[in-house]
Amino acid sequence: MKLFIMTILNGLTLAALYFLVASGFTLVFGVMRNVNLAHGSLFLLGAYVGFDVAEATGSWVLGAAGGFVAIAILGLLLQVCIFRFMEGQDLRQTLVTIGISIILADVMLAVWGGVTYQFEIPDALYGVTRLPIIKVYTTYRLFILLIAVVIGLALWLFLDKTRVGMMIRAGVDDRDMLAATGVNVHRVFAIVFTIGAGLAGFAGVVGGSALSIAPGEDLRYLLASLVVVIVGGMGSVGGAALGALLIGLAEQFGLAYSPTYGVVYTFIIMVLTLAFRPQGLLGRRA
Amino acid sequence: MKKALGVLIICAALAVSLCLPVTSQADGVIKIGAMATLEGPFAVLGQDGMRGVKLALQQWNYTVAGKKIKLYTMSTDATPDSATRAARKLVEQDKVDIVIGPLSGSEGIAVKDYAHTQPQVTFFNGISAAQDTTLRNPAPNFFRFTGDGVQFMAGVGEYVVQVKGYKKIVTVAEDYSFAYTNVMGFLLGYCKAGGKVVKRFWVPVGNKDYSTIVASIPDDIDAIFVALGGSDAVNFLSQYEQAGGDKPMVGGTVTIDQSVLSSKGRRKTYMIGTPSGSAMADNLDTPSWKKFVAEYKAAFPKGFPSPSVFAWGYYVSTVACLTALDKVNGDLSNNHKAFRETLSKIELQTPSGVVRLDENRQAIADMFITEVAERPDGVLYSKVVKVVPQVNQTLGMDRKEFLALGPVGRNNPPCN
Amino acid sequence: MRGSNAQVIRGTSQADVLWHVLVFVFLLVYPWIASPFWTVQIGAQSLILGMIALSLTFLAGYGGMVSLAQVSVAGCAGYTVAVLGVNSFNMGLGWPWLAAVILAIVIATLFGTLIGAISVQTTGIYTIMITLAIAVGFYYFARQNYNILNGWNGFAGLKPPVIGGVNWRDPVPFYYLSLAVVAVAYFVVVYLRRSTFGLSLQGIRDNDRRMQALGFNVRAHRILAYTVAALIASFGGVLMIWLNGRISPGSIGIGPTIDILVIAVIGGLGHPVGAFIGAVLFTLLENFAIDLIASERFNLLIGAVFLAIVLFSPDGLLGLWQKLRQWTAPATH
Repeated sequence: MKLFIMTILNGLTLAALYFLVASGFTLVFGVMRNVNLAHGSLFLLGAYVGFDVAEATGSWVLGAAGGFVAIAILGLLLQVCIFRFMEGQDLRQTLVTIGISIILADVMLAVWGGVTYQFEIPDALYGVTRLPIIKVYTTYRLFILLIAVVIGLALWLFLDKTRVGMMIRAGVDDRDMLAATGVNVHRVFAIVFTIGAGLAGFAGVVGGSALSIAPGEDLRYLLASLVVVIVGGMGSVGGAALGALLIGLAEQFGLAYSPTYGVVYTFIIMVLTLAFRPQGLLGRRA
Repeated sequence: MKKALGVLIICAALAVSLCLPVTSQADGVIKIGAMATLEGPFAVLGQDGMRGVKLALQQWNYTVAGKKIKLYTMSTDATPDSATRAARKLVEQDKVDIVIGPLSGSEGIAVKDYAHTQPQVTFFNGISAAQDTTLRNPAPNFFRFTGDGVQFMAGVGEYVVQVKGYKKIVTVAEDYSFAYTNVMGFLLGYCKAGGKVVKRFWVPVGNKDYSTIVASIPDDIDAIFVALGGSDAVNFLSQYEQAGGDKPMVGGTVTIDQSVLSSKGRRKTYMIGTPSGSAMADNLDTPSWKKFVAEYKAAFPKGFPSPSVFAWGYYVSTVACLTALDKVNGDLSNNHKAFRETLSKIELQTPSGVVRLDENRQAIADMFITEVAERPDGVLYSKVVKVVPQVNQTLGMDRKEFLALGPVGRNNPPCN
Repeated sequence: MRGSNAQVIRGTSQADVLWHVLVFVFLLVYPWIASPFWTVQIGAQSLILGMIALSLTFLAGYGGMVSLAQVSVAGCAGYTVAVLGVNSFNMGLGWPWLAAVILAIVIATLFGTLIGAISVQTTGIYTIMITLAIAVGFYYFARQNYNILNGWNGFAGLKPPVIGGVNWRDPVPFYYLSLAVVAVAYFVVVYLRRSTFGLSLQGIRDNDRRMQALGFNVRAHRILAYTVAALIASFGGVLMIWLNGRISPGSIGIGPTIDILVIAVIGGLGHPVGAFIGAVLFTLLENFAIDLIASERFNLLIGAVFLAIVLFSPDGLLGLWQKLRQWTAPATH
C-alpha cells in the first residue's frame, strides 16, 4: 500500500517534470509546425548555464532564472536567424534541428565535460516533508509538482486571457488565416519560440536539481517530450499535461512492479494511442 | 566535359584508395593503437584512460629499445560494434603491432573475438572487466593485466559480514553484464560468510529517477549494495539521501571511483565510510603509487584530483607492454613470440603491486578493500582498509568448480 | 520537403548510362586495387550503410515519408538471423543459414510493414517522431530481453556461410557479395521510380488528395512503400551483421538511427545514388576524422557537415553536384 501510494506520487512528480519540458515543445509545434528535435539539447544547455550561474551567484533561484533567460534568447536567435528562412518547410526545419542537436551535444561535452552535475537546492527545499500513510516524501519533488501546476496555470492564463495568447491559439487552429487577418505572424512565432525554449532551459535547472545533468540527458528528455506530446496530442498544452501524467505513472509503475520491461511500457502506450487515436488523446486532426 | 570529370574523379578515388593504406613499414618504429570511449556519455572515462596510456608512454619517452613508438588513437562509443570497428581500423589500416583497449565489458569480449582473427597483433585489455574476456574461450594474443569484475570485489563480502556486521542486504545494480559480474563477485564471498540477500533490484542502464526503487527498499535490512556507474550512481545516492534513507551502503567498483566521487554538487557526506573493492585505491601508501599519482597530476592538471580506475587500468596495461618490449629489446619477430612469452612470465611491478598472469593471460593481482574518506579540503577519496593479496580469476576456487557456477546473470549466484 | 524534392522525371540519357557503366566498372575492379581494409571496412561498409540509407531514400524521396525506423528493420533481420542461426553464445537454434536468412527477411519485412501501417496514419513530421519513438522502443526491448535477444550483450560469432569452398567473410568475396545485393537493390529502386507504383507514389507525395480523388488507394500505396523499403533494409541488416560479426542493442540504438538519416540527407534524397554518396562520405569521416582533427570532436564535424547541407543544399551533395554541373556547362542544356 505504501509502495503503491509512493509510486503514484513519484509518477506525479516525474510527470510534472515531463510536463515542464514538453509544454514548450508542444507549444512550438502547435503554432509553428516545427518539431524541434533540439529541444532536449536546449534542456541540457539550460541546465549547464543555470548551474554556472547558480555556482557564481550562490543562488538557486538566479540559476533557474539564468537557465530560462539564456535559452529563451538562444531560442529567439534560432527563430530569427534560421527557422524564419524556412517557414513552411517542415521537414527541413526538423532536419536542421537534428543537426543543431548533434552540434550542441558535442559542444556541451567540450565545455562542461562528461562529469555529472547536481544543483545545490535551497535548504528550505532539501530533505523530506511529513505526509500521512507514507510518512515522509522528498520536499523538492513536491516543489516540482507545485511549479508544474503554476507554470501550467500561467500558460493557460496567458493563452486564454491575453491578446498574444489569443493570436497563438488562432495560429494553432489556422496559421494561414491568422496571417491573413493582418497579424504579424513572425512576431507571434518569435514569442512562442522564445517562451518554448525558455521553458526548456528552466526545466533543465528544475530537472537537474531533482535528478542530475550529464551528457545523454538531452536525448532522454527529447524522447520523453516526444512520447508525451504524441500521446497527449501535438500542439495541445492540456494534452502535454495528460500525456506527461500517463507516461510518468507508467514509468514509475513499471520500475516498481516490473523493472525489466518498465522502459518499454511508455512506448507501448504510445503505439496504442497511435493505433486508436492517431492525433493524440487531446489533439485535433491535423 | 562530363566524361573528363568522370575520369578525373575515378583517378582521384584510385589515388586516394591506393595511397592512404600504404603506411610506412619502416623499421625502428613500433606502432601502438589505443582505443577508448572518447565520445558520448562515457567520454570523460575514456579520456582518463587515454591519460593513462600517454603517461606511460611519456615515462618511456616514446622510445623502447631504441625504437620510436608511434601512438594511434581510436574512439568508441561503448558499444561492441564500435570497438570492433575501432580495432579493425587500428589493425588493418594503421597496421599497429599492439592494441591497447577497450574500456567497457561488452567491448572487451568483442575485441577478444576479433583478436582471435589477428594472430600477428598483440592485444592488451584497457580496463574492461567482463569475466568471459579471458575466462571462457580466451584468445592466445589477448592479455589482461587488470582484474575482472569478480576479482575487484574479492574479500569485500566477507569483510562486510565479519567486520561491518551487515547480515541482510539488498542489491541495486544496473541491468547489464558488468554489474552482474560485480554483484557476483560480492555475493560469492558475502553468501559464503553467511550474509543474506533480501532482494535484487536490476535497474535499466541510464535510469535517472530512482525514487520508486528507493521507496521499494525494505526497512529490515542492514545495508544496500550499490553497483551503479557514473551519473546513475550520483542520482541514486542523492535521491536516497534526500528521501531520508539511512541504511549504510556498500559500493561496487565503479560506484566508489573518482568519476563519481568528484561529481559536481552537494557533498555526499552519506558516502563517507562506504566499503568497496577495487584493484586500486586513491591513498595507497606505497612509494610507487605516490609517484604514479604525482606524475599523473603533473602531466594532466586538468585530470581528476586523483587518477581514476580507468587511467590506472590503461596505465598498467601500457606499462606491461613497454616493460616486456624492453626485455625483448623490441623484438616482435615471429608473430611476437618472444614478446608474448615474456609477457606470460612477467612479474610486473605496478603502482598497485605485483601482477602476474595465469594460463589464460588473466591478471593475478592484489585487490583492495577500501572505504570512502574525506580529505581536509573536502575531496572524497577511497582509503585502503585491507589488502587481499594476489587474487586470481577464480577467487582461489578450483577452476572447474568455478566454471560450474555458470556465466554471470541476474540470479547468479543464487545465495539463498 | 515538397517542392524541394518534386523533380521532373528525366528520361535515361546517354550520359546517365555512361556514368553507371563507369562507376560499376570502378566498383568491380576496386577490391583489386584496394587493401583488405579499404575493401571491407570502407568499401563494403559504405555499400551496406548505403543500402539501409537507400531504403530511407526510397521512402522519403519517392514517398515523402521519412522513417527513422529503417535501422530497426535492419536490426530485426540481423537479430533473427542471430537467433535462428549459429552464434557464439550458444543461444542460436542452429538452423541452416539459408532458412535463417529467408525467415529473417520475411519477419523483418513484416515488421517494417507493421511500422508502416502504424506510421501512415500520420504524415510529414509526425512520421519522423513516431518512427523515432518506435525505433527507441525496439532498442529498449532488445536491451532488456535476455531470454531471446540476450540483452545488452547481443550476439557475436555471426558469420556468412562457406559455399563452394569460398569463405564469404573474406574481404574480396564479402565485398562482391555486398556489391551484388546492393546493385540489385539499387536497380530495383531506380526501376521503381518509373514503374506505375513508383509514379503513383510520387504523385501521392506531391498531392495525396488529388491521388485519392483519382481513385488511388493512398494508404495501401504508402504501406506497400514501407514493405519495399523494409525488404531493402532487411537485406542490408543481414549483410551488416555478417560484416560486424555481431549484433547488440547498440547496433540499433539512436546513434545508428540518426547516422542513417544523416547519410541519406547528406547524399541527397533526390536520387537513389545519394544514399551511397552519403555512406562513402560518412564512412570515410568515421574512420579518418580522428586523424584529421582533434580526436574527440568527430560528432561536431559530422553535425556541422549535416547542418551545412540541410541549410544550404537541401538536396544534399547530389543537389550541389547538379548545381555545379549547371554552372560549369550551361551550354549543354
